[in-house]
Amino acid sequence: MNEIPILTLTTFLPLVGVLFLLLIRGQLEFVNKTSGYVAILTSGITFFASILILINFDYLNPDFQFIEQHDWIFNFVNYKVGIDGISLSFILLTTFITPICILATINSVKHRLREFLIALLLMETMMIGVFCSLDLFIFYLFFEAGLIPMFLIIGIWGGKRRVYSAFKFFLYTLFGSIFMLISIIYIYFDAGTLDVEKLLNIQINKEYQKYLWLGFFASFAVKTPMWPVHTWLPDAHVEAPTSGSVILAAILLKMAGYGFIRFSLGLFPDASVYFSPLVFALSIVAIIYTSLVALVQKDMKKLIAYSSVAHMGFVTIGIFVFNKEGIEGSIFQMISHGIISSALFLCVGVVYDRLHTREISEYGGVVNVMPKYAVMFMVFTLGSLGLPGTSGFVGEILVLIGSFKFNYWIAFFAATGVVLSACYSLWLYRRVVFGEITNLKIKNLTDLSKNEYIILTPLLIMTIVLGFYPSLVLDLISPSVAKVSNNMLDYIKIVGLEK
Amino acid sequence: MIEFQNILPEIFLTLVLLHLLILGVYLKNSFTLIKKLTILTLFACIPIIYINFDNQIYIFNNNYSINVFSNLIKIIILISSAFSLIIAGQYLKRIQLEKFEYMILILSSTLGMFVMVSANNLIGLYLGIELQSLSLYVLSSIDRNSLKSSESGVKYFVLGALSSGLFLYGCSLIYGFTGSTNYLIINENFSINNLGLIFGLVFVIVGLAFKISAVPFHMWTPDVYEGSPTSVTAFFALAPKVAGMGAFIQILFIAFNGALQEWKSIIIFISVASMILGSVAAIGQTNIKRLMAYSSIGHMGYALAGIATGTIVGISATLTYVFIYVIMNIAAFSCILFFSRNKIYFEDIRDLGGMSKNHPIVAACFCLILFSLAGIPPLAGFFAKFYIFKAVIESEMYILAIIGLLSSVVSAFYYLRVIKIMYFDQEKEKFDDITGLGMKLSLATSSFLILFYFIKPSFLINLTEIASKVFN
Repeated sequence: MNEIPILTLTTFLPLVGVLFLLLIRGQLEFVNKTSGYVAILTSGITFFASILILINFDYLNPDFQFIEQHDWIFNFVNYKVGIDGISLSFILLTTFITPICILATINSVKHRLREFLIALLLMETMMIGVFCSLDLFIFYLFFEAGLIPMFLIIGIWGGKRRVYSAFKFFLYTLFGSIFMLISIIYIYFDAGTLDVEKLLNIQINKEYQKYLWLGFFASFAVKTPMWPVHTWLPDAHVEAPTSGSVILAAILLKMAGYGFIRFSLGLFPDASVYFSPLVFALSIVAIIYTSLVALVQKDMKKLIAYSSVAHMGFVTIGIFVFNKEGIEGSIFQMISHGIISSALFLCVGVVYDRLHTREISEYGGVVNVMPKYAVMFMVFTLGSLGLPGTSGFVGEILVLIGSFKFNYWIAFFAATGVVLSACYSLWLYRRVVFGEITNLKIKNLTDLSKNEYIILTPLLIMTIVLGFYPSLVLDLISPSVAKVSNNMLDYIKIVGLEK
Repeated sequence: MIEFQNILPEIFLTLVLLHLLILGVYLKNSFTLIKKLTILTLFACIPIIYINFDNQIYIFNNNYSINVFSNLIKIIILISSAFSLIIAGQYLKRIQLEKFEYMILILSSTLGMFVMVSANNLIGLYLGIELQSLSLYVLSSIDRNSLKSSESGVKYFVLGALSSGLFLYGCSLIYGFTGSTNYLIINENFSINNLGLIFGLVFVIVGLAFKISAVPFHMWTPDVYEGSPTSVTAFFALAPKVAGMGAFIQILFIAFNGALQEWKSIIIFISVASMILGSVAAIGQTNIKRLMAYSSIGHMGYALAGIATGTIVGISATLTYVFIYVIMNIAAFSCILFFSRNKIYFEDIRDLGGMSKNHPIVAACFCLILFSLAGIPPLAGFFAKFYIFKAVIESEMYILAIIGLLSSVVSAFYYLRVIKIMYFDQEKEKFDDITGLGMKLSLATSSFLILFYFIKPSFLINLTEIASKVFN
């Protein structure tokens, strides 16, 4: 497989689709229909390409595979891509979620459909690029370039306060990432290279590591999002169209988690140890505070958005306990959250398309008219609160085990999040699905359509399959995670001995 | 006499300029012809420079320098002058401003800029600046029937004369203390301990900072940009900035190389002030030309940050920045010159509402340009900023880098606002169609360059690196 640059192909395949979309001419009806087909086809092919990568992937090798390297900017940046188990799992998540997003878009968006699909495919390229780039500069390019399509998605197809949310999203993220840019440039002058593979073996000056770590942290914390810079997320989620929310929740947030594992731990072990209490504090606040905030939300999407912040709190705790269980757990949690929260947003989208409101109080008794929908929604709700048998459980339990090994107070506080998440999820479910029908409009609702089935079923299957057979992901990531975590643990031992 | 072959481009421009002037006077309705000839001349001048591109000599008793750096700057100037004419055709026709003097003035100011960047002598520099500025004063008030245009011309002239006065005062101080106006001799005789010389240095910097509209000498910019006919504004935003930056680099790195620490702090201040003002003051603007004025102030701040490092890498970064800035502004102004309804041009950005619906391609290009101006990857504007901050961080000026990047976030806000109006707001009436091929072509070319710059960024960097080695 080494002859075919399959990673580059997979990354830029969606752009080919974009090109075709731009070329479509004709009546509006025709354009919408054809562009739908083109987009589905493109993302489908991309998905198969990523499956092809998975088939050829060497599970036991913890190092980077499928490496491609080309000169780009003379003496400075190489175009270098490559994946290990961690990257591959996120690439698969991306290529799995994008076709679903595209289907959901075709179902619900009628206004400027082609442009929307172009933006989605552009996003796909950027997201895959982020996960497979092995050069800090390339990583930064992909990381930032995703802002443009996402800004347009929220701003053009969003809800009432879309302009405010789009601006907030854009400026927050841009603000965070400039510090990362400064850090990247500094690393170049300090280490003489931006090649991640080389950098992972180089000790960066300890004195500056802390500043550099903070630079990266500023960007990732905004993107994760961590308390207190999470406020853009509820706004962006609420105002974005359904598939925009899905992309945001499922993949954009994971870029930050991936960045923490790959760069914060890999490049700055010293600073990561030094700052881990800060991360724990912020994460615990995020878990408890945003869970409480989620309890009082009146808007369904906002509630799910706050629950995302809480779930990402688990992820950051898992990463910074440095042991294998914690990191594996947080990756698993990210993937499961990617699937479940997308499904929840899509579920909200299903009823929103019918009633055009997201107010929880407008609903009630949906189960009477939409029993199949109620079942779907229930599985995802239970997955979100981490019921055993769903994918949500595996991630949470691994993170809790990992953090218990590290410090049981952290595990204790994190565990309160599990309880709280049960509270808000179940309460949301009860208010929307059960109870008397109070709103007359509810009576006229129709159950899931065929298209909506097609969209939700893969997610349902993945939620349950990953719940019962987590090795599907864990086998893939565990050698690479072991490498990262062993590096960190060895490092802590050495530092401990010095003290 | 052998020396004259080295200034062929200047001689060529002068001759064409004089002939075109005669042609314009004797031929009636000669506007289109002269416009075409002028554009042709400007493009024809590029190969003439390119023949002797690698030349590096001082001529006329060391008072005029030809080197790769000045040649590169001259080529950028020619490109920007030519494109500012190409995009202006349709506009000048519609507002009935088809005076052939317009072309003559642009040519003569281009000639002035050539002298500015090549001068190795304060007198030569001053002559260049004046030739350039006097043409610009007239250009900005060329629309005689418009009160605003005349006002902006007078404003520009009064303030420009003031800055020229300051510049001359600085020159006289330097001449008095070093005994020469030649850069090389000034450099030899420069002593940091001489307060008079430092004063002279400051005055010279003030005069040049005025020309590139750097804060705190930027007051004229928004008014002149707003008042002048839009095609003239486009010219203002392009060529004089390039020439000013070139002259700045020449004088600082050749004449005042010994006083590096002294002028460095001044340039840092000017750069930071320009970046901050350029981004903050533009937020409230609703007039697109004023907005572009503040945007150009901010961009000059970034370009100066490269000079502020005082290193060769910094110069190369500044050159790259200026080049990309020119491309972005050509693109931006060809969009702005498109904003007309029923042959009436408008400048209020709120009138762009829903442009993406009626004119998807132009809107997409403009959107791209604005993102690029804001410095979002992977567009050319990002690389331009990146080189600057790379150079800045290499010289360990972290605070400058942080301020610069923060102000670029602030400036992203007002660029985004224009995009918001185009894409998120209610639809308004359609614009007039583009009739001229030139405008389409320049918009397409420049947008293409902005979008696909990332494919081969090394080309421009190599070029600017070679050019900046002159100052080694």
